[in-house]
Amino acid sequence: MGTALAFYLASAIAVIASARVITSANPVHALLYLVVSLLAVAMIFFSLGAPFAAALEMIVYAGAIMVLFVFVVMMLNLGSAVIEQEKQWLSPRAWAGPAILSLMLLVELFRSIGMESDHMVNTATIGPKAVGVSLFGPYVLAVELASMLLLSAMVAAWHLGRPNDHKE
Amino acid sequence: MDQTFLMVAFWAVFKALVILFGSVVIAAFLSFVERRLLALWQDRHGPNRAGPFGLLQLPADMIKMFFKEDWTPPFVDVLTFWIAPGIAMAGLLIAFIVVPVAPDWVVADLDIGLLFFFAMAGLAVYAVMFAGWSSNNKYALLGGVRSTAQTVSYEVFMGLSLMGIVMVTGSFNMTDIVNAQKDCWFVFPQFLGFITFAIAGVAVAHRSPFDLPEAEQELAAGFHTEYSGMKWGMFFVGEYVGVLLVSALLTVLFFGGWLPPFQWFVFDYIPPFFWFAAKTCFFIMLFILIRAALPRPRYDQIMDFGWKICLPITLVNLVGTAAVVLLLHNPA
Repeated sequence: MGTALAFYLASAIAVIASARVITSANPVHALLYLVVSLLAVAMIFFSLGAPFAAALEMIVYAGAIMVLFVFVVMMLNLGSAVIEQEKQWLSPRAWAGPAILSLMLLVELFRSIGMESDHMVNTATIGPKAVGVSLFGPYVLAVELASMLLLSAMVAAWHLGRPNDHKE
Repeated sequence: MDQTFLMVAFWAVFKALVILFGSVVIAAFLSFVERRLLALWQDRHGPNRAGPFGLLQLPADMIKMFFKEDWTPPFVDVLTFWIAPGIAMAGLLIAFIVVPVAPDWVVADLDIGLLFFFAMAGLAVYAVMFAGWSSNNKYALLGGVRSTAQTVSYEVFMGLSLMGIVMVTGSFNMTDIVNAQKDCWFVFPQFLGFITFAIAGVAVAHRSPFDLPEAEQELAAGFHTEYSGMKWGMFFVGEYVGVLLVSALLTVLFFGGWLPPFQWFVFDYIPPFFWFAAKTCFFIMLFILIRAALPRPRYDQIMDFGWKICLPITLVNLVGTAAVVLLLHNPA
């Protein structure tokens, strides 16, 4: 009962915050709502019995990636001109088409969930140890591939950021 | 609802409230303690006029802060300007719910206790960022930018520095970590982890010598230049909450929390909370002494120190601990 309440409350917050991310014209306010939305998603994970995933969502997405997003927006310090531009871009002509199409997808999703109403969500709590065992057991190849991808990204970032010394 | 359930719930809420008010009051009181101790070490008097030993200085400051005009400048971005002090105070204060101050005295004994602290420390950086950006002022923005880069850099190895402990204990739970130190405090096998976590903790609480976001000489007051009254007070208390939290975590993670230093029959009569409080006080004093003793380094030196010295040390510590744990558990 308490878990279901937490789940629906967090989901409602996530949906509202995500809608505000799109409709907010000020870039920093939009990012603030995106942080709230990510925190709500972390709460959803928590209520579904995945505390480790919830903690990682908060540390990695809300605590690190979004910080860098806000950092870049802060450095650019876009003024009121951008806010005016955003307001113009948010005309009904721009969002009506995608909105109708995604509404159709939503109806389809509701119908498919409604057909399998006997399939309940499993709320057994998965601790950090279980996540680690499966990451380094059946999914070890994916972990290794991801680590290689990150290493190559780091080398590329170093290459781009190194001082310009072309004289031999 | 039977009687025992109500009693348990009431007791849990009572403990949570005691820890909440205790940490806020101690954090506020630290401002007075710090000024007196700095004065002592620098051969001055410090605030000694209000009340005996100047003890009433804190109430006097609070009255001043409450009744000062809380001015919101017309050029700021109001939403983020108002949210920032709240995040500054709440962010690290919430992290106290995973700190066990005595056996059974912990608000939420989460299985992911340590990760919860990392999450809260990661969110606390928004306070300085939003304060710096919303103030719409070059000094404040520079403070916010510095703070972001510094915190993101130091959080990377703050997480890694504690993974050695997690590996040895086999759990993120804070109570398990304290109980695993019955025979030997983690400061001895995890000395490198202790040093790097202490440095990262000071940096994340942006205390001197890592107080570049608010370096008075260069940036006026940095990110809180435009703040006044109670909002400024929340930033001020938030900084001391950070000091208190980092000291408490150093105690819990590396110095055995509420455990006495060694087994002796007299120690059975001393309540466990005493040990926790004494060790935490020691670290608070240490942080104040560091502020009194060390000059502030340059900004690029701080970034270099984090990425080129501390991060490799924590990685070596991590790999070394992993090797030892593997050897002890799988004698091949």
